[in-house]
Amino acid sequence: MRAAVVGATRGMGRALARLMAERGDALCLLGRDAAELEASARDLLARGARGPVATARLDLAEPAGFAAALDAADRALAAFDTLVVTAGDFAPQESLERDPARLEHLLDVNFTATAVLCQQAAERLAGRGGGTVCAFSSVAGDRARRSNYLYGASKAGLSAFLEGLGLAYAGRGVRVICVRPGFVKTAMTAGLPVPPFAGEPDAVARVVLRAVDRGTPVVYAPPIWRWVMLAIRLLPRAVMRRVRF
Amino acid sequence: MAELKPDGLSFEPVAGWGRHAVERGAVLRPERLLLPPGGRPVLPRGLGRSYGDAAVPASPGAFVLETARADRVVAFDREQGTLTCEAGLSLAEILRVFLPRGWFPPVTPGTRFVTVGGCVACDVHGKNHHSDGSFGRFVDRLVLQVADGSMVECGPERERELFLATVGGMGLTGLITEVTLRLQPVESAWMVVETEPVPGLGAMLDGLRDAGKDWPYTVGWIDCLARGAALGRGILIRGRHASRAETPAGPPPEPRRLAVPLDAPEWLLSPVLMRGFNATYYWKHAWWSHARRTRGAGRPVPYHGFFYPLDAIGGWNRLYGRRGFLQYQCVVPRAAGAAAVAELLERLAAAGAASFLAVIKDCGPESDAYLSFPLEGTTLALDLPYRGPRTEALVHELNATVIAAGGRVYLAKDAVTRPEDFARMVPRLAGWRKVRDRWDPEHRFRSAQSVRVLGDTP
Repeated sequence: MRAAVVGATRGMGRALARLMAERGDALCLLGRDAAELEASARDLLARGARGPVATARLDLAEPAGFAAALDAADRALAAFDTLVVTAGDFAPQESLERDPARLEHLLDVNFTATAVLCQQAAERLAGRGGGTVCAFSSVAGDRARRSNYLYGASKAGLSAFLEGLGLAYAGRGVRVICVRPGFVKTAMTAGLPVPPFAGEPDAVARVVLRAVDRGTPVVYAPPIWRWVMLAIRLLPRAVMRRVRF
Repeated sequence: MAELKPDGLSFEPVAGWGRHAVERGAVLRPERLLLPPGGRPVLPRGLGRSYGDAAVPASPGAFVLETARADRVVAFDREQGTLTCEAGLSLAEILRVFLPRGWFPPVTPGTRFVTVGGCVACDVHGKNHHSDGSFGRFVDRLVLQVADGSMVECGPERERELFLATVGGMGLTGLITEVTLRLQPVESAWMVVETEPVPGLGAMLDGLRDAGKDWPYTVGWIDCLARGAALGRGILIRGRHASRAETPAGPPPEPRRLAVPLDAPEWLLSPVLMRGFNATYYWKHAWWSHARRTRGAGRPVPYHGFFYPLDAIGGWNRLYGRRGFLQYQCVVPRAAGAAAVAELLERLAAAGAASFLAVIKDCGPESDAYLSFPLEGTTLALDLPYRGPRTEALVHELNATVIAAGGRVYLAKDAVTRPEDFARMVPRLAGWRKVRDRWDPEHRFRSAQSVRVLGDTP
C-alpha cells in the first residue's frame, strides 16, 4: 500500500501509521506542523518502517493547498493508492455554543475541507484506475444528541458525503471507507467523561486497517459501537429529549 | 467519573499501584511533553506503577502530567542499540518493537508497563542488579524541562549534578521529556531458567551469592509466613537469555492477559488462606524443580513469564481489596548480614501480615545518583494489605530494623515512611536537596510523597 495519511502525528492516526509502517506500507505524512511531521516520520523509521516515510505540508483549513499536497504525496510515493484522513477538529459543545467563530472553524474542517480533500483524491485515484479513500467520521454523526450535536452535525455531513462518494466512484475502482470511532481515549478527548465501551487508539487502528484492506464501506471502532449506535438510532425522539447525553 | 473541562484537563482521583493514598488531581495527558503555563505545582507521572504516593498529587486539584502518550522514538542506532525516545515510551512497547530485532531493556523492573521516564525517575532495578546495576547506569542523556520552563540536557558528563539528582529523583527535579539509553543485545526472546527450593534463610542468601557469580539474573521467592527453622525458606530462581542455539523455533507465544474485574473481598487475604497459598506455592515449586532436575534441563521459557509473571493478570492490585495495599521494599547492607534480614522476617511472621509474595535479591554496588535505592546487600520486597494504623506501625517497626542495619527503603514503593526515618536512611539526601533547590527553588515539582517525606508544602 502507498498511503498518504492526514493526521498521522496524533492519536488514532499515529497508531494507524505505526501499524502500516510496521507491515511495510509506504507512507507520506501530511500535516501543517513540519516539526511534528518530522518527529513522527523519525518515530516510524526508528521503529523499523519497512517502507519509505515521507512528509508534506497540508493544512485542512486551507483547501487551496490540497492539490499541491496531493501532488507532493504522489511524488513521494510514486502515486499514492490510498488516502487516509484521521485528522479533524474537536471542541466541547459549550465552547462551540459560545463561540461562533470556533463553531465555523470546526464545521469547515470536519465537513467542508475533509469532503473537498476526499473528493479531489477520489477523482485523482479514479483517473489512474482506482484506490482507497478512508476518512474518520464519528458515531456522533449517527444520531444527533443534545450534548454534542454541533460536532455531531459536522460528522453526520461527512458520513453522508462518504457514503455518496463510495457509491459514485465504485464503478471507477475507488473504495471509500467511513470510519466511525466511538469514544476513543486520545489527547483529543482528554478531559471528557469516559463512557462505557471506550476504546484505545491501538485497538481502533487494527480494526481500521482490516477494514481498509477489505474495503469495508462503514466500520465502527471499537466494533461494539455498531450495536450501541443501532440502539441509539432506534430511540424515539421523545426519549432523546429526556435523556441527558 | 471525570468531569468535563473545556481545556482538556480531567479532575479525577489519582493513586499509586497499591491504591492506598488517593488524591484528586487535574490530570493532563498530552502527546507533547510541555509543562502547563503559569508556574503552578505539577507532578510528572508515567504509567502509575509506583506503589505508594510517589505519583500522587501533593494537594487536591494539583496538576498531574501523565507522560504515556508522548511515546515517539526519536532515534535508534541499530549498531550500538542506543535508543532515544520521548519519556512516555513504555518498556512494553520497547520489547514489542525492538526485541524481535535482538534488543532488550538493559534493566527491567517486575512489570513492563512502565515508562522510560518513570524508570529513570525511580532508577529502577531488576533481577540483574548484582551484575549490571540500576537503570540510570544505561542512560547517556536526559532532556528535562525544569521549573523555569527551560529545556536542559544532562547526562553522566553534562550537567552531571542535575543528572545524578534526576536519576532516582522521583520526578522532583523537572519534567523528563527525552531519554537516551543503551539497550542490551540478546540472541532470543527466550530465557533459560533454573529453580531450586532452599530450606532456610542462610541457604537462600548463600544461594543468591553463588548464583550471581554465573547468572545475570537471580531472585528468590520467600514464604514469609514460615517461622522457626523454616524461616526464609523459598525458591531460588536464576536465569539468562537463551542463545540462538537453545531457542525453540518461532517467537515466544504472545503474553496472555487476564483481568481482575473487581475488588476482591478482604477475607481472601486472611492469614490462614495466605499461609496455605504460600506453602502450596513452595511445595509445588519444590516438586517442580525436583522433576526438572531428574528429567534433565527444562526447556527455555518465554521472557515475559520470567520477568513479568504478574503482567499476565491485568489489575492484579485489585486482589487486595478496596483498601489497597502497601508494598514494602528495603535493602540492608551486606555487612548487616543474615541477622538483619532474619529480624525483618521474624517481625513480619510475628505480625502475621499476610503477603502473596516476598521477593529477596542481592544487590550490587550503589550508584552515584543521590536518591538511588539499591546498595550492596540484600533487598526484600513484599506486599502488606492495608489495614490502617496497624499496617503503618508495622512499617515503622521494619524501618527501625532497616535503619539500625544501615539500610533504606525504596521511594517507588513507599507510602508511610516518616521524614526523620528517611533522612536517617539516606545520608545523601542533603546533597540532593542542594541540587534540587538550585534548579527548582520553589519546589514546583512536588508530590504527596515529597510533602510527606521531604517536607514540601502541599
